[in-house]
Amino acid sequence: MEKRIYVWEAPVRVTHWISVFCLVTLALTGVYIGNPFITATSADQYIMGWVRFVHFVAAYIFVVNLAVRIYWSFAGNKYATWKALFPFSQERIITLFRQMSFYALISTKPPQEIGHTPLGGIVYFLILVLCGISAITGFALFSLYNPAGPMHILFGWVFSLAAIATVRLIHHLIMWFLIYFVIVHIYVVLFLDSVEKNGLLSSIFDGYKFVEEEKTN
Amino acid sequence: MRDEDEIVRESAGGPYRQIVARGVSRRDFLKFCSAMAAVLGLSGTFAGKIAEAIEKAERPILVWLEFQDCAGNTEALLRATKPTIAEIVLDVLSVDYHETIMAPAGKQAEKSLEDVVKNHKGKYIACVEGSIPLKDNGVYCCVGGRSAIDIAKEVCGNALATIAVGTCATSGGIPAAAPNPTGAIGVKQALPNVTVLNLTGCPMNVENLTATVVHFLTFGGLPATDSIGRPLFAYGERIHDHCERRAHYDAGQFVKQWGDEGHRQGWCLYEMGCKGPETFGNCPVVKYNEGTSWPVQAGHGCIGCFQPEFWDKMTPFYRRLPKVPGFGVEVTADKIGAGVAAVAAVGVAAHRIARAIRGKQDKKEDTE
Repeated sequence: MEKRIYVWEAPVRVTHWISVFCLVTLALTGVYIGNPFITATSADQYIMGWVRFVHFVAAYIFVVNLAVRIYWSFAGNKYATWKALFPFSQERIITLFRQMSFYALISTKPPQEIGHTPLGGIVYFLILVLCGISAITGFALFSLYNPAGPMHILFGWVFSLAAIATVRLIHHLIMWFLIYFVIVHIYVVLFLDSVEKNGLLSSIFDGYKFVEEEKTN
Repeated sequence: MRDEDEIVRESAGGPYRQIVARGVSRRDFLKFCSAMAAVLGLSGTFAGKIAEAIEKAERPILVWLEFQDCAGNTEALLRATKPTIAEIVLDVLSVDYHETIMAPAGKQAEKSLEDVVKNHKGKYIACVEGSIPLKDNGVYCCVGGRSAIDIAKEVCGNALATIAVGTCATSGGIPAAAPNPTGAIGVKQALPNVTVLNLTGCPMNVENLTATVVHFLTFGGLPATDSIGRPLFAYGERIHDHCERRAHYDAGQFVKQWGDEGHRQGWCLYEMGCKGPETFGNCPVVKYNEGTSWPVQAGHGCIGCFQPEFWDKMTPFYRRLPKVPGFGVEVTADKIGAGVAAVAAVGVAAHRIARAIRGKQDKKEDTE
């Protein structure tokens, strides 16, 4: 008997989709800023100006959104918790190995998980770190226009660790890492959805998953 | 040929006496003072104060040391199309030691340096051009049988202040570029306890040295600096933010190839690897050679020579982004990125196929 349970609360789903929207916007505008492939036909246009503006606004939304999600990892239900990113209890480690053997096609049955899987948690933690570095390097580069301003006071220390050009390279390369994540993330979701048939894909829209009765406790 | 009288008049008194003796009008002198106030980022009212200070100033003594350098900063200092007031202000510094331009040679020359250190201890300004090699006890740069670090310790250690001119003296520059065979470093790194003002650039802009001297004469001290010891009046803002081509950047008009239509129209050199967005300096404002031009005005992107270690950090000069460590110089970050993305996509597809095959096998086993 399968039971329909509420896994992803509204803030989890909303922040997920805002992240998607911001990352797509940031990547598209970022690619243009790094390599402006559209050339203005007259000097009255403001293409780079607007693209940068959109990039900066999306960056602010992304960071605030991230902050809300981090808040919810303390305030939300047991599936939203930050603890999911650190699956280091004995039980979670066993699940982690079972999960890896499933992905490596050694076993054919995935461990049934309701919230984040252990491997997913580790990956999300790394993505969180990457997003953090991206935000810090991004705001540091943004602050260069006014080295006496508050932004530079907050983020100028980055340039004592790496030259400006190196910081720009790091910021650029993180975009590619996030693209790899998106490729693998979408694949894994579709794959698991087709194997587990537990409503994983639809759960990020409506929040519900279908779980066998004995698993729900 | 100058007559005796003139020489006597010149050597007596401070800078202002000499400026007048050189036939500079009061009006031109005040114009120069206003310009210096502008370079220093001061209001126009400071022009009078600067004029007063220069009028009263005693001849400051200056020694100029050259270590691992190309004398490019000396060239910047000496470049003379016409005798400008700036040049005279620099001239009136009593330059008691400068290997390239001084008359004495050999032991005599070294003696003038010794004399300055002995007789004017704590009162003279030391300018250092070129990097200091530390490897193998500093044997890679010796003057008069003494290593650069030895000379620097003594001369800079006893100076009122040290001005490191050029990127070599401030961060090691080209001699310190990877693999840095001589272990070259900048003056501030070699002598952490000495007061050092960094005037980066390859070469530094002599206007900034003049302004530093004027600041010194006016306020009796060195100007405020940024986190790497560069005066804020010259290095406080980004080249990109004062560039005359900035409007083309914001509009989205970029040079795509040398000599293309955009290049002829004076569009932004961003895509040609201009390092203006990564570089702090006042090049677009004060320009070079008495405000004649500067690299971007001449149609070539900035190479970021005002930034520390520009030879390693700003290359390739004609690319937007530095090369990715571990990959060849021809491979850009985006090629690597797209390559790995393709591998990820292929990997994902392969996994799905493998899983489908495995799944079938499994079903067979189950039914058997």
